[in-house]
Amino acid sequence: MNGLFIKCPECGTTHFRNILAKSLYVCPDCGFHHKLDAATRIKLTVDKNTFEEFDKKMKSVDPLSFPEYEEKLKEAAKSTGQNSAVVTGKAKIGGADTVVVVMDTRFIMASMGSVVGEKITRAFEFAIEHKLPLVAFCASGGARMQEGIFSLMQMAKTSAAAKKHSDAGLLYIAVLTHPTTGGVTASFAYLGDIIIAEPKALIGFAGPRVIEQTINQKLPEGFQRSEFLLEHGMLDKIVPREFMRDTLANLLKIHRDGSDKNDKKFRIEQYGLR
Amino acid sequence: MDKRDVEDELKLLQEKLSALKGEIKSGSKGDNILPIIQKLEDNAMSLKTELYRKVTPIERVQLARHPNRPTTLDYIKYLITDFVQLHGDRRFKEDAAIVAGVGYFEGIPVTVIGHQKGRDTKDNILRHFGMPHPEGYRKSLRLMQQAAKFRRPIINFIDTPGAYPGIGAEERGQGEAIALCLYEMSGLKTPIISVVTGEGGSGGALALGVADRVFMMSNTIYSVISPEGCASILWKDSGRAKDAAEALKIDADSLLRMGIIDDIIEEPEGGAHQDHQRASELMKEKLRSALEDLSQYTPEYLIEQRYNKFRRMGEFKDN
Repeated sequence: MNGLFIKCPECGTTHFRNILAKSLYVCPDCGFHHKLDAATRIKLTVDKNTFEEFDKKMKSVDPLSFPEYEEKLKEAAKSTGQNSAVVTGKAKIGGADTVVVVMDTRFIMASMGSVVGEKITRAFEFAIEHKLPLVAFCASGGARMQEGIFSLMQMAKTSAAAKKHSDAGLLYIAVLTHPTTGGVTASFAYLGDIIIAEPKALIGFAGPRVIEQTINQKLPEGFQRSEFLLEHGMLDKIVPREFMRDTLANLLKIHRDGSDKNDKKFRIEQYGLR
Repeated sequence: MDKRDVEDELKLLQEKLSALKGEIKSGSKGDNILPIIQKLEDNAMSLKTELYRKVTPIERVQLARHPNRPTTLDYIKYLITDFVQLHGDRRFKEDAAIVAGVGYFEGIPVTVIGHQKGRDTKDNILRHFGMPHPEGYRKSLRLMQQAAKFRRPIINFIDTPGAYPGIGAEERGQGEAIALCLYEMSGLKTPIISVVTGEGGSGGALALGVADRVFMMSNTIYSVISPEGCASILWKDSGRAKDAAEALKIDADSLLRMGIIDDIIEEPEGGAHQDHQRASELMKEKLRSALEDLSQYTPEYLIEQRYNKFRRMGEFKDN
């Protein structure tokens, strides 16, 4: 995301970076929602000066001594200034306390290795301990192949953590952004109580190229995009970026007092009908 | 030479040998044939050595995918009595890429679920080469939850190249279907044992793998991606599958060492495909002792241990 100009991968139009920033990195021509780095996403979403980051220093190792992985990690850390592909922490959105998870595709396509899995699991566990909701902005190319089986097992680990969080009666909102694919869709990304997507995001388990090669036919227009998934019942809602913060704030508010499982009363009694 | 070619050659040689020996016994050939027999036997021996020497990672991949390996239905035939197959996800469709049902294992009622590859082309087309659609995973989950309801242990067999990559699969939420298996299995109140019996391919395999005990047959693989897929993504060259198979560390020994699986089940000499019954017997022993072990715990304790087991997986630096 460096440079003076940014070219839209959807319609090909080139825009000045500062113009695109004003439109929240939504293409003024075609409405495509550009990828956001974690810091920008957090800035656009949470209440000012409320974000406290967790596990900022956690770093990947190279458990399989996989060819070229060390170099790749170094490069990613250098170009992003981050130690991993996910930023987690605590913040307020519209005044409501929440745990926030933000994936950043600049870091090895935000593929899920041990660090991504561990940080997300810890985020769920923190939320359980403090009875907080969790909002996850998902984006990922899938598994971190260079970590082999450890990468695969992060799917089981994060899904189990999401289940514990749910069993505690807490709210989890997953926001699927462009692109959310592979192992991440087959784990925590699709386990939200509420699943929201940004417009036109590519969301799917198998990549379009793999599908095309397997079935040997052209894929239908709009396949695996948010609008297609909404139509097939796989999403609760598509929310354009300019409304994301307010939508999240409203959902958090509606659920805020409804998250204590030990409280046996129905909400009707608690609030009283007017 | 491909292991399967060596296998075929060995088989041919052994047939020739026994035919010759038969001729000697019946007296139709003289003593001059003895040196020929000796030579053939030497050949057979060196082929055997070639066959059973330490297999390379890519050869392991070939063995794991061997078309004659026992499938889920074969293991069920040898291990489960009074088996009743149950079908369908109650949502959309029956998926023949996963078979499931109930029966007795060593006298106790169990639920058995496994990926099912076909025996021939027609069967494989019906079963999508053991690659499930979302409805296969939803059927599995339905029957696993039913097992928990009736307090039956669950035995899962894993053998799939991966979840099916197709239009319908995506339309009906392949990712969600797998995610929900992982999510629900982590809290199922019944013992779960999973055995990798062939190819443990990615998320489509893991969907049956969130278990209290995970075993691998000795010639199987369990991997985040196929070696071919890995090579074509990382090096734009699926021909480098051999290198990827090595780098990914997907064999049972490596995975046991890394703490991902709990034990390895030895296969008959030459591989499980050589003797389905013997392979099943070897598996039976491991399943039996694992079930015995797991039966002493409360469901709450099992779930806690299961959570901790997967919670620990991963390697990173914390500061």
